[in-house]
Amino acid sequence: ASAPNVEKVNAELFTLTYGAIVRQLLTDFEDVDEVNKQLDTMGYHIGIRLIDDFLSKSNVTRCTEFKETAEVIAKVGFKMFLGVTATVANWDADGTECSLILDDNPLVDYVELPETCQGLYYCNVLCGVIRGALEMVSMRTEVKWVRDVLHGDDTFEMRLKLLKQVPEEYPYKDDE
Amino acid sequence: MAAPTGEREVAESCVEWVSMETVEAYCRRLHPTKPELAGRRIEAIGYQVGLQLAERYTKERPRFTDHLEAIKFICKDFWVEIFKKQVDNLKTNHRGVFVLQDNQFRWLTHISLDSPLYNGDRVTLETSLSNNAVMAARAAGQYLYFPCGLIRGALTNLGVPCDVSAEVANLPACSFIIRIKA
Repeated sequence: ASAPNVEKVNAELFTLTYGAIVRQLLTDFEDVDEVNKQLDTMGYHIGIRLIDDFLSKSNVTRCTEFKETAEVIAKVGFKMFLGVTATVANWDADGTECSLILDDNPLVDYVELPETCQGLYYCNVLCGVIRGALEMVSMRTEVKWVRDVLHGDDTFEMRLKLLKQVPEEYPYKDDE
Repeated sequence: MAAPTGEREVAESCVEWVSMETVEAYCRRLHPTKPELAGRRIEAIGYQVGLQLAERYTKERPRFTDHLEAIKFICKDFWVEIFKKQVDNLKTNHRGVFVLQDNQFRWLTHISLDSPLYNGDRVTLETSLSNNAVMAARAAGQYLYFPCGLIRGALTNLGVPCDVSAEVANLPACSFIIRIKA
């Protein structure tokens, strides 16, 4: 797919806004596990709405294969929204589990985790977005971080596991 | 992680997705029965962002000498950075109240409201239109906690302590009312 035509803005406003949301959730919940959950939930709700926008702007044809889907997320999805690309790696034998590796991640510019937040998955919103978006194209998944630069790892690695592929429900009109 | 050099860009819709979802999270899931508390939380998020953005946008310039100068900066440079246009109208009562009017507020331009109350009957249409106007204003109001906080944070950073509220008359036009604290 060619580079989609979407309106771009300086990342600063987005990065700072996301950071302020995480900070507010930490203040409200005082518990990093709960904040991880909230971020994932927020992402999920974004994902189920964002998928239409993505499909209409990206010109990608609807993927039916999980492998192809992972590539589209990595190369087109990340690029279109965050301006970076991810690498798909570490497939398991039956092709239902892979990693998305993100060397560059605008969400964490200017971010350092304080000692008290070591269990925080700061970028958990992204897991939720992917899970939500995939659910809308009939793929139930589990998505979680396995490596995180903010935790001292050398890169961001997200594990993507296909739990169930629900066949399209009819009546479904593909040309609408 | 170190800030990158150069201008990094993301899709404009990213800001929209997260700010809309913040409203969903606080107003519908976390505090569905306490709209004021939800509003304060979202405003606090905007405030943090405003503080930091004003700091960055004014790094290279001399301190503002009075409140009006700072408010004009918000109406022009700050607005252009974030909303890609200037404020359309600035009014003041010269006693510490400023009204910033934006006839096409960027973050309200994508809000659409369906008409669940309209059932096809002409009489109902009229009442439903006025009900919808009320609903539209209320819904839009929830999306304005964040920009109100943003403006208050920016002005606070520029040395203008204030309260900021918003009014929606006709989507997507809206006004922000700044009351400077004595």
